[in-house]
Amino acid sequence: MLRWASHSLIFLLAAPILLGTFIASLPAFGYFPPLGGDQFSLDAWRQLFEVPGITQSVAISLASGVLTPLIALALVFLYLASATGSNLDLWIRRLVSPLLSFPHAAAAFGLAFLIAPSGLLSRLLSPGLTGWERPPDLLIVNDTWGLSLLLGLIVKEVPFLLLMSLAALPQLQPGPRIEVARSLGYRPTLAWLKVVAPGLYPLIRLPVIAVIVFASATVDVALILGPTLPPTLSVRVLAWFNDPDLSFRFVAAAGALLQLGTSLLAVSIWLLLEKSFALLWRFWLSAGGRNIGEGTAFVIGRSAMPTVLLVIAGSLVALLINAFSGPWRFPSSLPSSWTLQHWTNSFQDLMTPLSNTLVISVCSTVIALALVVATLESEQLSDRKLSTPVWLLYLPLLIPQLVFLFGIIVLTEFAAWQASMSLVIFGHLLFVIPYVFLSLSEAYRQLDPRWSQVASTLGASQFKSFWRIRMPLLLAPCLTAVAIGMAISISLFLPTQLLGAGRITTITSEAVALTSGASRNLISVWAIVQLSLPMLGFLAALFIPKFVWRNRIGMQEAR
Amino acid sequence: MNNSFLELRDVAIALDGKRLLEIDCRVGPGEVLTVMGPSGSGKSSLLSYIAGFLAPAFQASGNVVVNGNEITALPAERRRIGLLFQDPLLFPHLSIAGNLRFAVPKQSNDKNRLIQQGLADIGLSGFDDRDPGTLSGGQRSRVALLRLLLSTPNAVLLDEPFSKLDTQLRQEIRTLVFDRLRASGLPTILVTHDQADADAASGRIHTLS
Repeated sequence: MLRWASHSLIFLLAAPILLGTFIASLPAFGYFPPLGGDQFSLDAWRQLFEVPGITQSVAISLASGVLTPLIALALVFLYLASATGSNLDLWIRRLVSPLLSFPHAAAAFGLAFLIAPSGLLSRLLSPGLTGWERPPDLLIVNDTWGLSLLLGLIVKEVPFLLLMSLAALPQLQPGPRIEVARSLGYRPTLAWLKVVAPGLYPLIRLPVIAVIVFASATVDVALILGPTLPPTLSVRVLAWFNDPDLSFRFVAAAGALLQLGTSLLAVSIWLLLEKSFALLWRFWLSAGGRNIGEGTAFVIGRSAMPTVLLVIAGSLVALLINAFSGPWRFPSSLPSSWTLQHWTNSFQDLMTPLSNTLVISVCSTVIALALVVATLESEQLSDRKLSTPVWLLYLPLLIPQLVFLFGIIVLTEFAAWQASMSLVIFGHLLFVIPYVFLSLSEAYRQLDPRWSQVASTLGASQFKSFWRIRMPLLLAPCLTAVAIGMAISISLFLPTQLLGAGRITTITSEAVALTSGASRNLISVWAIVQLSLPMLGFLAALFIPKFVWRNRIGMQEAR
Repeated sequence: MNNSFLELRDVAIALDGKRLLEIDCRVGPGEVLTVMGPSGSGKSSLLSYIAGFLAPAFQASGNVVVNGNEITALPAERRRIGLLFQDPLLFPHLSIAGNLRFAVPKQSNDKNRLIQQGLADIGLSGFDDRDPGTLSGGQRSRVALLRLLLSTPNAVLLDEPFSKLDTQLRQEIRTLVFDRLRASGLPTILVTHDQADADAASGRIHTLS
């Protein structure tokens, strides 16, 4: 039974993704009987390469794919090097999980309202510092070179890479390493960069590659912050896919494959960068410098994280002001009056997407939790450590969503299935499972095996010891995993959009759809609803165990 | 009063092809066999093998027999072998009564009376609803012993259960444990590297190299 669960978990992840990727390639080469394509041809590709500005679209996707992880990783490493063990660090560690739950789309909207020519930042500086009496005619958000897109992605990925690094660091025992280096005369920041960083990088390599793939293929962030003339490749593929003229499906399929190629190219460039950095590090290490660069690294590292936090906090404030603002003339820093009107206006529209969001996130997370717990249980009982290969769990994050979701759609069209709630839940499951697994596996594997052994020697069956001992002891990590799973599901855009065929709407899909045309006030209301749902989940995951175990000292120390 | 006996027939444990230990013995009702040896001699592996959760990395052979019944193939929960670890390991999420109730076999009637009586016997009447986290080290050890006895085992294994107690407490708990095990007529195997434990057990000593 348990073995079955762990096999079905592997099947559930691998089959749709690999099959989907393969099937997406059929229409790209002209084969798609439902639309009359019954012969293989290269027409779709010819059409694709004739699209004006396609090279630039690919270039921007490629650039965000390489630059996002490069800058984000540099900031995270410099931060860890300069701040490990400081008070700042204690503070940031506490903030990093809730930051991660900030949905991409809401963060992107907030950032847009912060940095736009008529945004919060420009209002704070005007007219005093800038002399602007009206919003300047600058293209900041949606700029042609994708710089605001890059900024949005960096701000989103820094907390992710930081969390992954913090999770991996303990196995390196950075403390003693740094002490040794410092006793040899290395300044602390340099010591971290020279003796901890080279060990840490291999441990977070998969998450970094996931960042590359995400940054090169994101749809929702690119729709909100990315360039429009031309947009990124991923946005164009989605537009072709949604085109009422169904013949565009062939171009969309070719575009999806081009997206896969672009992401792979970004990963290959990254692998080359890895090699050159490894070489650079070897020279730097053997040169043996103990002081040079310490100051610069320290200053950048110490200011990196507060800057990112400030940008996120600013985005949040921008959303809050917009959601409650009455008329707001340009250079004023604050609106002249406040109102709840935007909320009362949206109330009716929010209901269906809200209930869909809850149904989808609860169902996908509960299914994921059951499968993950069953897999970890069977791993425990059979004493086979790491029976589930980690790269497999990352599979949904290593292949651009667009590509395999497209394939799944093609498959459902071959089979003449209708878009339905269960199909959307299934799509969400592909992304929820990895995060639930990654967040729960460590706690599960670290649970003292003697608890189960004591239970067995007292005559308790595996069933009894699972429900009465292991589950209660793991309540807190399980709830955290649920909160993470739900946060992921709530923030998903593409699976809902594609598998729901636009008919099943969630808070996120509706919010992103508002990008074209809706007022800032309205968008802010949706973004705030979108970001408060995961926040509520994390709060519940934090306080439920505290409340349940309020009379159990041993359970407080444990977490 | 239990009249069980525990036999180890040609038990041998190896790790990576290297023989760790061999033992062949019979422990009668109320008798304590002390197994001594330096760390790394496989003492704890022996207990894991008898209790039924030896890690698969080890290769083990030989039979564990209780009252003439072969139990080597049974899963841990059906062997009815009690085990005291170095730590009391009271389940931190259950009350004292919850910990004890967890151990009482399903079919026994009047569980509450058994638990009340047991708590009175170890001088902890009225501790039912207490959080294990609020108990002293000695109190926890006593509850752990009571929990083991309430599970009505046929034999008992002791894995250096006194090593983490301070000297004064160690004497007291040692006496309590051996008195209660002897009174219950349970065959016991004690694993230790403390000569004082062996002396207190006052039984045969098997030394591993």
